Formats: sequence, C-alpha cells, structure tokens
Amino acid sequence: MNPATGDTAVLEISELDIALAGDKGPTQLVDRVGFSIPRGQAFGLVGESGCGKSITALAVMGLLRAPLMRSSGQIMLDGRNIAGASEAEMRKLRGRHVSMIFQEPMTALNPLQPIGRQIAEMFVLHEGATWKEADARAIEALRHVRVPAPERRARDYPHQLSGGMRQRVMIAIALACRPKLLVADEPTTALDVTVQAEIVELMATVCAAQGTAILMISHDLGLVARMCTEIAVMYAGRIVEQGTAGDLLRAPRHPYTQGLIGAVPRLGARAAGGRRKLAEIEGVVPAPASFPGGCRFHPRCSRATGVCHTDVPLAKPRPGGGVVCCHHDG
Amino acid sequence: MMVEVATEPLLTVDNLAVHFAQGGGLFGGGARVLRAVDGVSLTVRSGECVGLVGESGCGKSTLASAIVGLQAPTSGRIVIDGIPLRSGTTDRMRLARTVQMVFQDPYASLNPRRRVGELLAAPLRLHAMGDGKEIGRRVADMLRRVGLRPEHANRYPHEFSGGQRQRIGIARALILEPKLIICDEPVSALDVSIRAQIINLLVELTDSLGVATLMISHDLSVVEHMCDRVAVMYLGRIVESGPWQRIFERPSHPYTRALMAAIPDPFKPIVGRRAVASGDVPNPLTPPLGCAFHPRCPEAMAQCRQAPGPELAAIEPGHTTACWVAQRALIAS
Repeated sequence: MNPATGDTAVLEISELDIALAGDKGPTQLVDRVGFSIPRGQAFGLVGESGCGKSITALAVMGLLRAPLMRSSGQIMLDGRNIAGASEAEMRKLRGRHVSMIFQEPMTALNPLQPIGRQIAEMFVLHEGATWKEADARAIEALRHVRVPAPERRARDYPHQLSGGMRQRVMIAIALACRPKLLVADEPTTALDVTVQAEIVELMATVCAAQGTAILMISHDLGLVARMCTEIAVMYAGRIVEQGTAGDLLRAPRHPYTQGLIGAVPRLGARAAGGRRKLAEIEGVVPAPASFPGGCRFHPRCSRATGVCHTDVPLAKPRPGGGVVCCHHDG
Repeated sequence: MMVEVATEPLLTVDNLAVHFAQGGGLFGGGARVLRAVDGVSLTVRSGECVGLVGESGCGKSTLASAIVGLQAPTSGRIVIDGIPLRSGTTDRMRLARTVQMVFQDPYASLNPRRRVGELLAAPLRLHAMGDGKEIGRRVADMLRRVGLRPEHANRYPHEFSGGQRQRIGIARALILEPKLIICDEPVSALDVSIRAQIINLLVELTDSLGVATLMISHDLSVVEHMCDRVAVMYLGRIVESGPWQRIFERPSHPYTRALMAAIPDPFKPIVGRRAVASGDVPNPLTPPLGCAFHPRCPEAMAQCRQAPGPELAAIEPGHTTACWVAQRALIAS
C-alpha cells in the first residue's frame, strides 16, 4: 500500500526466499528479496547469470517447481497474496492478471498450431469468447504489435516466422487480455541487435498505452535503464542496490553497480576521450552453493574490510532515493 | 601499438565468395544457392585490429572459417603472409603458425578430457617448438600472460569459470605465436562483469605481442573500443568500411547507423522512439533485389529496389560505402 496515494501496487514482493532442494539440504538461491511495482510502471531487475533474477520471475508467475521452492516471503499480485496459491488459482490469474514472455520465443510457441489460433485461445480461455470472435480479435492483436499483413500472418506456423516476428507474437499473446503485469525475462537476448531495439520499444510503447506494468529481467543494465522507471540490481541472490533508473546510472553507490556500469564500453567514449582500460570486476560470479558469507560481493570488492566478511549489510537509504546494501556507503 | 609499415598486408581477402547449395538432390526441385559470403574484399595489416561487424546470418563467421582454411571458398582469393590459400595444396602447418582462432563459446571449444597443460603443449609439440622442458616453460609463461597461474596446467577445463576458459582459449590461440588471430564474438557468451576482463586482456596482449586481430562482433561498442579499422557486413557483403573514427563519427550507410542506434543509450528513454531500421534480417536464401538493406531502410529510393545493387565506392580516403543515397549525396555536393 502506498501511503501517499492509498493505491495498492500491482506487484509487491517482500522477504522472498527461494531455495533449491538437494541431497545435502537446501541451497538458498534468493535471499530476502523485496520490491514493489506501482500500476503501469516498468521495473527492471538486473544481474548476471545465477543471481536469482529469473527464478524470482518464475515465483511471481507461480511457476516454481520442485526442486525449486519458495521457502518464505509474500508475493502480492494486485492486492492478493499468491504465495501458496493453488495451481488452479494461478491458472485463473495467468494471462488475465499477469503474463510472461521468455527469451526464446520458438520454445514458448506451439509449433503445431497457427499463431493466430494461439492468440485466439487467450480470448476463448480467459474471456469466454467464441472461436470466431476470438480469431478476429487475434488479427487485431497482431496488428497491434505491428505485424505486417496480420490476416495472412495469423495462418502462419511459428517456424515460418523470423525471431523478431515470433517475439511479437509472444507479446501479442501475453498482452491479449490486458494483464496488469507483464513479466519479461531477457525478451530480446536471443534477437539480433537491430531487432532488439525495435522489440523493446514495441513492448514499452504497447504496455504504456494500455497501462500494463512491466517486470523486466535482464543482464543488460543499459537496456533496462532505457525502458524502466526503477531498477533493482541483484548479486548472488540479494538485491544490492535499488533506485530510479536515471539516478542509479548517473550516481551508482554500490561497488557492484559501479563495476557493471564501468565494465561496459560505451559507444562514443573512445572518440571523446581516447581508449581507456575498462574497469574490471575482479574474480568470478560465485555459484549458489558457495555464496560467500557477510556481504556476498566482498571477495570481488576493492573496498572490502573485516566487517564485509562477517556481517550482511543492511539496506540503507540512498541520497537520490531507493536503497543500497553496502557497509561502506556514505 | 605497432607502427611497422608492411608493403603487403598480412591478410588479403580478394572478392571472396562462399556459396552453399541448398535443397535439390534426391527429390529433384531446383537447388537454391545460399550466398553466405558474396564478393568480400578485406585486408588486415600487420599488428592491426580490424573489426568485422554484422548480425547473425550476415556471413561473418563463414568468412572467418574460410580464412583459417576450415571452409573452401567458391571463388576469390585469400593470401596470408604472402602465401595464397588453396584447398589441398596449402601448407596447413604453416597456416596454423600464422593464423589462429578464438571462439565464442569457451565451453564448447576446449576438449573436456585434456588437462589445460596438454591443450597448450600439444600444438608446441606438433610443431616441434622446443624440447619437453622448453615446452613446459612456454606453457607456464603463456598461462601467466593470460592471467592464470602455472599450476592451472594440471586442471581440466570444467574446473574453470567461463571467463577463465576464455583465457585458456586465448592462450591456446597465442601459444604458437601467430601473426594474426581471428576472434569470433569472444565475449558474447560471458557475463557482463567478466567481459571487461577479457576485452582488456585481448587489447593488452595483441598490443604487446604485435599480433594482428580480426575481431568479429555484433557489438559496435566493443568494436569501437578495440579496432583500428571497421568493416560492416550485411547479407554476405561488406556495406561500409573505414578507419574507426570515420565509421563512428560519420557513418554513411543507413545500416551502420541502424546498428549504432540499436545500442541502448541508458540515458535516453525508449518509449515512443521508433528504431532506425524496421523489420527483420531477410532470409539469405531469398535476398531482396537491388540493395539487400532496402526493405528495412528508412531512406530507400526507387533505385535501391532494382538490380544492380550498389557496389562499395570511396566517399573519402579509406572510407567506402555501398549505398546509392550516400554516393548520390557525395556527387551532389
């Protein structure tokens, strides 16, 4: 609940723990993650492979399956707690209230059914439309995501489409019933760079127009910053810094966020200031079974001191809004 | 940085074509031809880093395979270090000592059953470069150069992280002291925080050893950071090439501009910003008539839609572009 407006957030996650069951006991993959997304806003969750961002998204969709399990925490979707909701309840929510697009559209689409039908199914299942009505609306949905000649395309099978087209179809399916929240897990990583820009712009524009909030999961801070209002940076299962996109990029406080920004060459930087050595983050991304104690970033951090080895840093407010979890901030 | 001026470039690719026949055969039907590389000319001088940029399916990796002798060209000529590459007659041992390759996926390109020391020593032994002691010294030295420790020689590839494996891949490419390395998307499979380590390592090693690099990438910001000259490929052809400053400050081909616009500038919001290129990369089996980029090009004119397509032409010294619009603008000025 936002005390200022009295409006509930579309998604509110608090103290979420996700663990992987194993022979030697559970391995904790996500540790007390919490954030909330106001209605219609785009929120970015950024981190490298293994940081827990994708399983956080799966938890939001109610798609965690053994050996993955939510060990504690709340997930409030549109005002109701879905942590612990039954599969039948989740089925009613998916598509209508929350939907998801994945990295690889080819594996997410049914290869044996024309794409028009796969979109139409949404209207039949979730809105009780007749197939005839639904087929017509599917063509409109394709037009909405700027698929050229949608009447003809609706009869195509997924293999007849390019990667960019398939991802448009996925967006059309995901947004068909105007959900309150769209979860997008690396939606453009498998696409060519010029197509990537187009798909991200399409997703952001269509969602903004119909008031759908976005939870964008990506390893690419630049991409996320471009489309999201607020960003949380995850490292080794925890959120280490969170703030508004512009402020987080201009004035990152956590050494990991600073490292991520400095590690990427920026177009035009060499022309402006000559070739500089890129800032390196030493070491490697830790595996979940061997997450270090204290601040999990300490083995790779140049600022680390004794306290970083022993104590988990608590979230402190950042000067520009949001929070940062670092013993040496300020 | 090397300032050696060689009379002859280290690598010359002249009007190279690699075509693949598709279909036909058993059930008849006309075989179609996929022109993966279609009339590409390129030079790399000694000590220079040349960037080859393009999206998937543009033929950049096929071109790399042809240069290292893994793919027989349909026509055209490749000359490396003064020796023309001909299938069958090429001295492969000599080719291996001259040009080596760093692959994208460090998980797939290292033999999982060999210890790292064996992976690095094998080429030295094969090329009879020193006795056992000398080989051991060279392996240890190379491991140190790529930021690993000599004792890592006793481990297997699976014991390393992705970034460390790519260091091993680089060590393997450099162990024979080649004059040219071809890096095919060397950082694309790595985590963001690891990429900078590998880019810095490549820049430092190629500079200090004076090795020339052909850097293949879809990422223009990496290419701008590393390369002296840049060639942009689209559907089997080079559409623009020139010194890095020219390409990045005054890109003349609309496709180059689209590639640059596609790189997310974190400080600019994306809502309502239409991309510069629209649509997808066409199927290389049925390339569009005329300029292959015209269906996606915001500036396309009638001439762009009909054969023949534009050829590369100089618009300033050393900077060539294959675009009717750019060439016409030059004539008009």
